[in-house]
Amino acid sequence: MTILLGLIPLLPLFSACLLIFWQPKLLLTQIIAVGSISLSALLALILNVQLWDQAQFVLQVSLGQWLSIDNLSLGFTLYLDPLSLIMVTIITCVGALIHLYSASYMKDDPDVCRFFAYLNLFVSAMLFLVLADNLILLYLGWEGVGLCSYLLIGFWYREQKNSQAANKAFIITRIGDTAMLIGIILLFYQFDTLNIQQIQLQSQQLLQMDELPTTEIISLCCLLLFAGAAGKSAQVPLQSWLPDAMAGPTPVSALIHAATMVTAGIYLVARNMDLFQLAPDVLHFIAIIGVVTLILGATSALAQSDLKRILAYSTISQLGYMFLALGVGSASAAVFHLMTHAFFKALLFLSAGALIYCMHHEQNIFKMGGLRKSQPLLAFSFGIGCAALASLPMTSGFFSKELILEQTLLAHQPLLWWGGVIGAFFTALYSAKLFFIVFFGKLNQPSTHNTPTAMVIVLMILMLLSLVGGVQPQGLFTHFSAPADSASPGHTLSLFQHWLPILLPIFTVTLAWFMFIKGYFTPTTPSEGSSVSLKQKLHQFLLSGWDFDRLYRLIFIKPFKLVTEYNRRDIIDLAYRQLETFSSLLYRQLNRFQTGQLRHYSASLVIFCVLAIAWGLIQ
Amino acid sequence: MMLFTLILLPLVGGVIACWSQRVHQDAPKWIASLCLLLSLAFLISIKLFTSMDPSNLWLVDETLAWIPRLNISAHFAMDGLSFVLILLTLLMGLVGLSSAWNEISQHSGFFYGNFLWTLAGIIGVFLAMDLLLFFVFWEVMLVPMYFLIAIWGNENRRYAALKFFLFTQAGGLLMLLSIVALAVLHYQQTQILSFDYQVLVQSPIDSEFAKWICLGFIIAFIVKLPAFPFHSWLPDTHTQAPTPASIILAAVLLKTGGYGLLRFVLPLFPDASQFWSPLMMGLAGISIIYGAMMAFSQTDLKRLVAYSSVSHMGFVLLGCFSLNFYALQGAVMQMLAHGVSTAALFMLVGLIQHKFHTRDLNQLGGLWSTLPKLSAMGLFFGMASLGMPGLGNFIAELLVLIGTFKQAPMFALVATSGLILAAVYSLRMIQKSFFGVSVNADENRENKTGHTSKQIITDLNAKEKITLMLMCLSLIFMGLHPQPIFNLVNGSLIEIASLFQASFQPEILLIEVQL
Repeated sequence: MTILLGLIPLLPLFSACLLIFWQPKLLLTQIIAVGSISLSALLALILNVQLWDQAQFVLQVSLGQWLSIDNLSLGFTLYLDPLSLIMVTIITCVGALIHLYSASYMKDDPDVCRFFAYLNLFVSAMLFLVLADNLILLYLGWEGVGLCSYLLIGFWYREQKNSQAANKAFIITRIGDTAMLIGIILLFYQFDTLNIQQIQLQSQQLLQMDELPTTEIISLCCLLLFAGAAGKSAQVPLQSWLPDAMAGPTPVSALIHAATMVTAGIYLVARNMDLFQLAPDVLHFIAIIGVVTLILGATSALAQSDLKRILAYSTISQLGYMFLALGVGSASAAVFHLMTHAFFKALLFLSAGALIYCMHHEQNIFKMGGLRKSQPLLAFSFGIGCAALASLPMTSGFFSKELILEQTLLAHQPLLWWGGVIGAFFTALYSAKLFFIVFFGKLNQPSTHNTPTAMVIVLMILMLLSLVGGVQPQGLFTHFSAPADSASPGHTLSLFQHWLPILLPIFTVTLAWFMFIKGYFTPTTPSEGSSVSLKQKLHQFLLSGWDFDRLYRLIFIKPFKLVTEYNRRDIIDLAYRQLETFSSLLYRQLNRFQTGQLRHYSASLVIFCVLAIAWGLIQ
Repeated sequence: MMLFTLILLPLVGGVIACWSQRVHQDAPKWIASLCLLLSLAFLISIKLFTSMDPSNLWLVDETLAWIPRLNISAHFAMDGLSFVLILLTLLMGLVGLSSAWNEISQHSGFFYGNFLWTLAGIIGVFLAMDLLLFFVFWEVMLVPMYFLIAIWGNENRRYAALKFFLFTQAGGLLMLLSIVALAVLHYQQTQILSFDYQVLVQSPIDSEFAKWICLGFIIAFIVKLPAFPFHSWLPDTHTQAPTPASIILAAVLLKTGGYGLLRFVLPLFPDASQFWSPLMMGLAGISIIYGAMMAFSQTDLKRLVAYSSVSHMGFVLLGCFSLNFYALQGAVMQMLAHGVSTAALFMLVGLIQHKFHTRDLNQLGGLWSTLPKLSAMGLFFGMASLGMPGLGNFIAELLVLIGTFKQAPMFALVATSGLILAAVYSLRMIQKSFFGVSVNADENRENKTGHTSKQIITDLNAKEKITLMLMCLSLIFMGLHPQPIFNLVNGSLIEIASLFQASFQPEILLIEVQL
């Protein structure tokens, strides 16, 4: 069984290397790429079946020693427990579906081999991330994910815009990563080990002690780790790379948003939950950041007109929900939402890819419309995806979001709960808007292409998962629930609190129907000039994702560029060049005395002698 | 005589290569590569056939009489640290040869002669255990390098060669003064006149003056490294030097500075190095940030890589003066990893320059569509230089940071932000040269400059491919399985670290409480 575990991340890695060095023909490329990842998925499912009935299991396999110096000892050891098993299953299964879809989507691209190599490497890095047993191996996967996302976002490298988006993604996440590396190093000195499980164990022991020693430094570590998580999972203030990351091919967006990359941050915090329990302030901070992000994402998504950007902002906002859940101490709710989100977001992105393909690369939703007749399948898949996103009752997203809101209340955070509810309102509004505008209304532009069979199969599977993925077997998530997960007894939800999140989406979707299809509430004639401009300003503000880009350009990028540009010739070198000028000046001055004329020399000799004698006499 | 032979081999090889040009135009390069391969085989056989005695630090230790009156001897010794650095020297020498193969056509005999003599000087530096002998080799490696730059360099080569020579010469002078002062002080203290490292290291001088002698050594070495205020010779020199010389310069010559710090400054002046350590860590932090910021604003690819070297070598300086076992291991690893990654980058820049006749980032772009293999290599080594985990540079930087965070968290914090800047300049380099629209500029430029013959630009040939692949593999090896290298240098570094361990214990506790 341990061999199976070792093979799961190594298979995609091996296939990536094979594709890079061998560069086979199209068909073989597809077989190798999709085959390797499907095999990994199969292995993950086998492990699932075998470990299903065991309450608490741990599987470890060592792939070799990395380094060992003094106290620092690292190995390539994979560690599988219920949490990582769930992650592995999501990553490989959704990854395999996306690979299958891409095989059809990218088949006309001349660089298909490079594409699949990156894609495989991406999944492999993500698997190393979730299976790592020490923080440095986790960091290896973490940066590997960053690298692959960089390569894939900038995959169509001829467009300057794409590589700029790739650079932005890499640098912003790198800022978080660097903070996280500092956190890891500090943790090493706190716990004398980098093994994740030992850190959790020691944290539990510390938690049981009456008074916590050195809490501040541990809080600092947690905060730094969270900075890394915020970078990868696009939380405020490091979220602005994600909307631009849409520059890559659409399956890549699906992979980044659903199965890999952005879920890494959630996993990191969930994995280190025991450690974070030592720092309740940081957890509270995480919850607040989560709420701010989810409102930011949801309101910004409302203002977008680009199909992929709407989905990108919706990812940001859904990630905010997961961090809210983590912040109130419920790792299981966060991971549950992560799973359902993986299903419906993959469905939405892949449907969007098919739609954009059918619409001749048109991404503006206002140029689409009335497509439900010509694309019934896509209308259906979008419908399910949007319903799950809006968390309409009985979809998968409903169960998980419900759980998060419930956990927030149980943790006595009514303010955060209201934040979550407001976010849910906006979420339902923009998902309904997206669906209605694209598929209802009048037909703007006819679509021509049909969706290839492979894509249809993938979409079908994902539709099914988005619908029933929320019906979880009870035992699945109890395995790794932290002690704080169990709700404080005696506290129950009031009727209002119970029904509001259930009814809100239904109400909102109805509202959206009247707003966007029937055209109610939209003023037909523009009112006074001032209010219009205010509205436009608000729209602009939301469209740019709360203007973070402009802020960063003002605070960081411009000064940095100014300083570096000003100092391009190296001010230090200037000093040395002055020395050079000075000495050559001196040389030219002194050179004048050497005229080659005897009378000058004899005159100077006489003058010197006179002066010397005079000096001697005075002395 | 083994170590003596190791130095003699390239020396004699250089003379033969110089002479052999009369026989055949291509003879020098074959002789040079043969000579390097022979030295390599010899080095490895020394390692294999000397019994690994754990109690004895030195693999080989041999002394020949030289100037008995002043008790100066030709004392050579090799430990793990010298071994890995000599290995790096010979391997990078081969890389340099590979890039010189088609590039150098004028006076090829003299070129390969100088090339081998520089390497001989560097090997001597890594082996000499007598301070005056060390000084001699320190100068020996410079003079041939001066010729390499001044004769085969680019348009502004005389200026660059002179700058290089003056900077290192000034450093060398300081070192000579310090050596003499050290020997005299040691004589006053113990009545033994000796320049021998192993004698001097037994009885560290305790005098107020030791601080200043130590500073003399430090400056000589950090000019070579180069660290912040003394770095400005490096970009000019690299820009003008021919590619093989750039490779040797970046890959090995700079490492003599780091080696000097580890071998001489720290063990000979434990107290004084502790005194200077905050200042040096500060300089290292500034180097890291300043080098990265300078690298960001450059448009000349060679200058960009040169400034990135300043930034990376800052980690070596930081590692040396963190006076901590992790950081020392990291510093050695950084020397090796940076040697390989930068040599590869310079080789790639050389290839680009050879193919497109420009190094200007604004005139390049879109290389991926015309030269996918070269660009993929560029991407790989760019990633290595920004510290991607899984490659040697990451391990090095991680260990340096771990060590520094223990001793001086503030300096470590500054250094860590260098990692972000490294990403910024590396990505800019990659984007500007490899991504974007394939510039039809080659046609335009040729029209402008009047070249009408449009030469077909080819991707990497087999030799270049193999060289670069081997460098990739060695970086991956250092990143994934660094333990053999750690074990090799373990003994030497424990020796150094133990000097500081006792005196540093209370301060460690202090910092931990502060945190």
